[in-house]
Amino acid sequence: MKFKSVFDIIGPIMIGPSSSHTAGAARIGRVARSLFGRKPEWAHISFYGSFAKTYRGHGTDVAIVGGILDFDTFDERISDSLNIAKQKKIKIKMSEEEALTDHPNTARIRLGDKDGELEVVGISIGGGKIEIIEMNGFELGLSGNHPALLVVHNDHYGAIAGVANLLAKHQINIGHMEVGRKEIGSEALMTIEVDQNIGDDVLKDIEKLPHIIKATRIHE
Amino acid sequence: MFRNVSELVELSISKNVPISEVMIEQEMEVTGRSKETVMELMEKNLDVMEKAVERGIREGVKSHSGLTGGDAVLLQKYIESGKSLAGTTILDAVSKAVATNEVNAAMGTICATPTAGSAGVVPGTLFALRDKLNPTREQMVRYLFTSGAFGFVVANNASISGAAGGCQAEVGSATGMAAAAIVELAGGTPEQSAEAMAIALKNMLGLVCDPVAGLVEVPCVKRNAIGASIAITAADMSLAGITSRIPCDEVIDAMYKIGQTMPTALKETAQGGLAATPTGRELEAKIYGVPLKKK
Repeated sequence: MKFKSVFDIIGPIMIGPSSSHTAGAARIGRVARSLFGRKPEWAHISFYGSFAKTYRGHGTDVAIVGGILDFDTFDERISDSLNIAKQKKIKIKMSEEEALTDHPNTARIRLGDKDGELEVVGISIGGGKIEIIEMNGFELGLSGNHPALLVVHNDHYGAIAGVANLLAKHQINIGHMEVGRKEIGSEALMTIEVDQNIGDDVLKDIEKLPHIIKATRIHE
Repeated sequence: MFRNVSELVELSISKNVPISEVMIEQEMEVTGRSKETVMELMEKNLDVMEKAVERGIREGVKSHSGLTGGDAVLLQKYIESGKSLAGTTILDAVSKAVATNEVNAAMGTICATPTAGSAGVVPGTLFALRDKLNPTREQMVRYLFTSGAFGFVVANNASISGAAGGCQAEVGSATGMAAAAIVELAGGTPEQSAEAMAIALKNMLGLVCDPVAGLVEVPCVKRNAIGASIAITAADMSLAGITSRIPCDEVIDAMYKIGQTMPTALKETAQGGLAATPTGRELEAKIYGVPLKKK
């Protein structure tokens, strides 16, 4: 079941005008920001399907930039986000894509600065609810409703067990977990949804484990 | 956990509790939150809805595009004149639904029920019935849980996204949700809630999502208005003892399948329907300051 909580249906409290095109877009932007982990110097946003056709009218552009600025769906600064991004010296580029996607409300966000880049693909499935379906080329299914941990690692035995054991040691319960890789023995990604927020100490401990390249988190 | 309307009604009957209580208990179970917290969270949503309704019927907000605004005030004045044909409750619900969507179109703060484009129906009917039925604050919060329970079923078995299923999935769902909640608020049975939802949603089937200039304004605001009137009528029909020949779950399934076969041009892409009328295109060109394209 895609929708688990009554507050997915009655809610969110948000700035209008569209839950899928404004609130959902803000949430996709905010997850991207959270995964990037810092203020980016530039953001390239590509819109597909209904997003591409109507993003200006729905304020999707304003909302997604608001999310990248780390604003929540009900933050009234969203309507001024393009100016705020300019003040913060974040270069924004937007494009409308013709390509057909599985879901009509799809956005691809690339964030970057001199230290690195991140690419995520998010879909807005209605009522403000979103899923992140791709990160840096890895397919994943992340609802954005729970705190989550993303661990880039080498595709090697023991890597997954190491992370799971460490979470157990910190008494963190795993609600949902997925593992993906591009090919055997190459870089792989663990997506772990958990029940409570993950502290810096846990993140640091995970990065010290063998075969782990990088760990990032998303707060609820 | 209930997966469809028949399971929801069954749970409500076997536990001998209203549908709102089934939804509250499930929410507690899924999230591990206390009843107090769950009720408080919903009351916050209620507060936001109330503020949006009040703002819309008093201030007469205008949207940035100028396409919508001020109609909720016109309706309130008309009701006061005493000339109303449909009756105070229905027209009051209509004006309060319009109020919510006008605030939404003006980038004001609202609560999505189930979406922002369809945010008017549930609060519009609720705040009109407040004057008629004098519910307690708790009963008003429960109204939202009952609406939410039916919306939950639609979201998981069909869709609440206009881009995926057309307006029937948005204002249609909201209308069915409100109809079911009105029945519970008015003292009807869980079965009657399901019948009201079925009757309401049947009359929204096939409704396309064709917003002019891609804005959540025309025809969204007026569709919420008529949705509110259908919700009250469907609830009254069900409370009178009328049932739907097609069971509620099958109506929801029909809505889903209609949405799947609906052309993309009519699913929130502003390519067909009212968006593609000569006046729709003219407004679009004017709003975005671009020359009118022949399509």
